[in-house]
Amino acid sequence: MASETHVVAGAAAPAATPFALRLVLSCLAAFALLLSALVFAAAVGETQIPPSVVLNTIANALWNAGREVDPIDAGIVWNYRLSRAVVAASCGAALAVSGVVLQSLLRNALADPYLLGISAGASSGAVSVAILGLGGGLLTLSTGAFLGALVAFALVAGLAWLAGRGSIAIILAGIAGSQLFNALTSFIVVRSANADETRGIMFWLLGNLSGVRWEDASLAVPVALSGLAICVLHARALDAFAFGTDAAAALGIPVRRVQMTAIATVALMTAVMVSLVGSIGFVGLVIPHAARLVVGVRHTVLLPSAALMGAVFLVLADVVSRIVIEGQVLPIGVVTALVGAPAFAAILIANPSFRASR
Amino acid sequence: MILEASRIGRTVSGKPIVADVSLASVPGEFLAIVGPNGSGKSTLISMLAGIRPPGHGRVLLGGRPLSEIGRRAVAQRIALVEQQAETGEALTARQVVELGRTPHLGPLAPYSAEDAAIVDEAMRSVGMSGFGKRRWHSLSGGERQRLHLARALAQRPEIIILDEPTNHLDVQHQLALLTLLRRSNLTVIAALHDLGQAALFADRIAVMDGGRLTALGPPAAVLTRERIRQTFKVDAAIETGEDGSLSIRFRLPDPADQSSG
Repeated sequence: MASETHVVAGAAAPAATPFALRLVLSCLAAFALLLSALVFAAAVGETQIPPSVVLNTIANALWNAGREVDPIDAGIVWNYRLSRAVVAASCGAALAVSGVVLQSLLRNALADPYLLGISAGASSGAVSVAILGLGGGLLTLSTGAFLGALVAFALVAGLAWLAGRGSIAIILAGIAGSQLFNALTSFIVVRSANADETRGIMFWLLGNLSGVRWEDASLAVPVALSGLAICVLHARALDAFAFGTDAAAALGIPVRRVQMTAIATVALMTAVMVSLVGSIGFVGLVIPHAARLVVGVRHTVLLPSAALMGAVFLVLADVVSRIVIEGQVLPIGVVTALVGAPAFAAILIANPSFRASR
Repeated sequence: MILEASRIGRTVSGKPIVADVSLASVPGEFLAIVGPNGSGKSTLISMLAGIRPPGHGRVLLGGRPLSEIGRRAVAQRIALVEQQAETGEALTARQVVELGRTPHLGPLAPYSAEDAAIVDEAMRSVGMSGFGKRRWHSLSGGERQRLHLARALAQRPEIIILDEPTNHLDVQHQLALLTLLRRSNLTVIAALHDLGQAALFADRIAVMDGGRLTALGPPAAVLTRERIRQTFKVDAAIETGEDGSLSIRFRLPDPADQSSG
């Protein structure tokens, strides 16, 4: 047996070198794709700006390159469109990664980042600040949403813990928590909001990237990147969950610790994103499935791929939301759902693992 | 390495599923665990494999309690083949076997050529070499079970624990799997429901009944007509062949005998 192993090992050895090369090439390709999406997003809008101007503006801002750019164009590109695109990219990446992790951990194809009550809690927090005036003007809408998301997640996590911590317990606790906080939001809106406030909140709930600036990006980017990094470090553990928690334990995975770390990571990441831009639906549900179709189920590849796809998808969705109706910005959640629902339908039909006949 | 259960038990909702079981594996042996449905075989298996902590008593690996060794180190020495583990992920056959390398890999280390060779070897040994690219969902129950075994072998354990591994297999593959386990130099601990196969392949047989270990020893000593009637409620005719192997034929006991049984 040992001698056989050596023969095969010798034959397969050259495969080790291309791995590093493949890694570098795919990172470069990913970066190029993301950069193109960002430049495209900064170029397209009510005022069309040539991509060369966008690139010059970026060069000026990052390296003081001293290129000649119209200051109005530069202002639109840098202060308005690019910051917004970068936040959209971070948010898309974070939601997609969260979706992948939750679907794997809970072994449920329907899991999405809002399953844990985060979006419902964020909306309650947001309306508490915006309509009830909670915090007496000291809390911003975002802070209120973030706190609401954390409260809801804590409640859901506590309920899931008491219910036995199984996948089904977590999913049902999430449903209970979401229903509770959605009802609370509706109650506050119906009871206290005037028509304008109701419309504003509605808009926020569907996802809203207008008003997003570089301060938001400086929070969103590190949160998305560190969340992705933590999840990638757990990629092998997530692979091992394919056959359930017992199988994962038998493969040497500290099941409870991985579950808690991964769920807390995606919950925090999602809470930050929701508090910045509202709850943008469908990204965290559809992108993970699309990414699996493209790159397969191994998480070391799947997680970064889903992050990239989520980022590019949301950047493009934001562009569409800005240009589809002239003079008006559509909530980005409407765009993601309008594109996402048919895409999801196509995935449902194409994916053999959803078939009943096994 | 010796796996030892020291008076272990587990109670679920006030009902003892396994009570007071002590046994120790002999390195390289094939230990079969037999018993009727609900006798606690699966629960005992899950405690021996370290995926359920015993409610009382201790499981020791090489003299150290499993709880002190750490999951990863345990998984480098003990592999488990569960009954009917299923997945919703679109894995390929080879990816399933590659999962067996998990306890030997760092979080970011890629599969090395050596890992690939171990996976190849494991797939070959269960006769699934040509199936690498097949999707899990396109495989039969028996093929899936053989892949689970290959995955366990790819773990390169010293001890392999199996819960009714022959359940989904046709008779040819049942015998092939048991022969493969028998010829390996692994310590094998397997819950089996076929007493004939236990008699044929096991070095020792442990009999579970009502959560307790009622007998432990070589097949000829354990599988007596009396014990089979007590434990399994059937009549057995046991014949010893020229090579010393046991063959067992069963029939339901006569109604007249049932009052005494």
